[in-house]
Amino acid sequence: MMDIIRAIEQEQLRTDLPNFNVGDTVRVHVKVKEGNRERIQVFEGIVLKRQNGGIRETFTVRRISYGVGVERTFPVHSPIIDKIEVVRRGKVRRAKLYYLRKKVGKAATKVKEIIE
Amino acid sequence: MKKGILGRKLGMTQIFTEDGKVIPVTVIQAGPCVVVQKKTVETDGYNAIQVGFEDIREKLVNKPLRGHFAKANVTPKRFLKELRLDDVSQYEVGSEIRVDIFAEGERVDVTGTSKGKGFQGVIKRWNAQRGPMSHGSKYHRRVGSMGASTFPARTFKGKKMPGHMGAERVTVLNLEVVKVYPEKNIILVKGAVPGPKKGLVIIRDSVKAAKKA
Repeated sequence: MMDIIRAIEQEQLRTDLPNFNVGDTVRVHVKVKEGNRERIQVFEGIVLKRQNGGIRETFTVRRISYGVGVERTFPVHSPIIDKIEVVRRGKVRRAKLYYLRKKVGKAATKVKEIIE
Repeated sequence: MKKGILGRKLGMTQIFTEDGKVIPVTVIQAGPCVVVQKKTVETDGYNAIQVGFEDIREKLVNKPLRGHFAKANVTPKRFLKELRLDDVSQYEVGSEIRVDIFAEGERVDVTGTSKGKGFQGVIKRWNAQRGPMSHGSKYHRRVGSMGASTFPARTFKGKKMPGHMGAERVTVLNLEVVKVYPEKNIILVKGAVPGPKKGLVIIRDSVKAAKKA
């Protein structure tokens, strides 16, 4: 019985997205509809958190725009996401980077890079 | 009512639309149902079909019911429900009803038995307000006034009081059919549906949509 629900969710999961984690800097290409025209908008920032699982999984990206912190949460498997580019892999020691909200200036975007 | 089907609620999930909206849906395993008996105005005074849903072992059916199933020449079913239809001429005893009677975008009414809540107070059962919890108040979650005094000198019938809540027949009107999988006998209905998982639900065409048309 749960298998049926799982199957319905499974067919909606996206497999074309790259692996990315909390602390990574990503460029999210979002499809924006204006009237009947569709264009791509890019939202670049640090992944603050990933929440929930399966089809309900979401991630939050934080960026500083004109000195103001902006956070946007996307469902990972949403069809409005055209693609995700990972710009930089971040090295972090926690799952939720809420501490970035209190940082100002340069520190607000400071996440160590993973050097492989 | 023009059509209806019995099913079991399986649970809820979500569906993405093309423009990225998320629709909450209830997954219902509906049918295949079998017409066990046909009632018409001439014979019974009203039009209806009696449908059976979900096969069970012969052993679980008592003798009178076994005879009833044998008469219709169908295997024993767990659930028997009557659906009052405007027109029963298209149904024959023994004919099958499948989910494909409903299509995407259609409106349906879904009936089920709500989850039992047991004996509940007036706050949960009737959405009454509670009294202050502090400042010396001794009036927290109580019933409140029973009505006026010397006149009428009694409490009116239907006064909202504590008592048993839930486990009653509930119908949710005008739900949208989001998707139908005819080969799997699955129907996805937008929003919540009364009852627990595995609970029996009756899906019918919507009364409100019929009135509008």
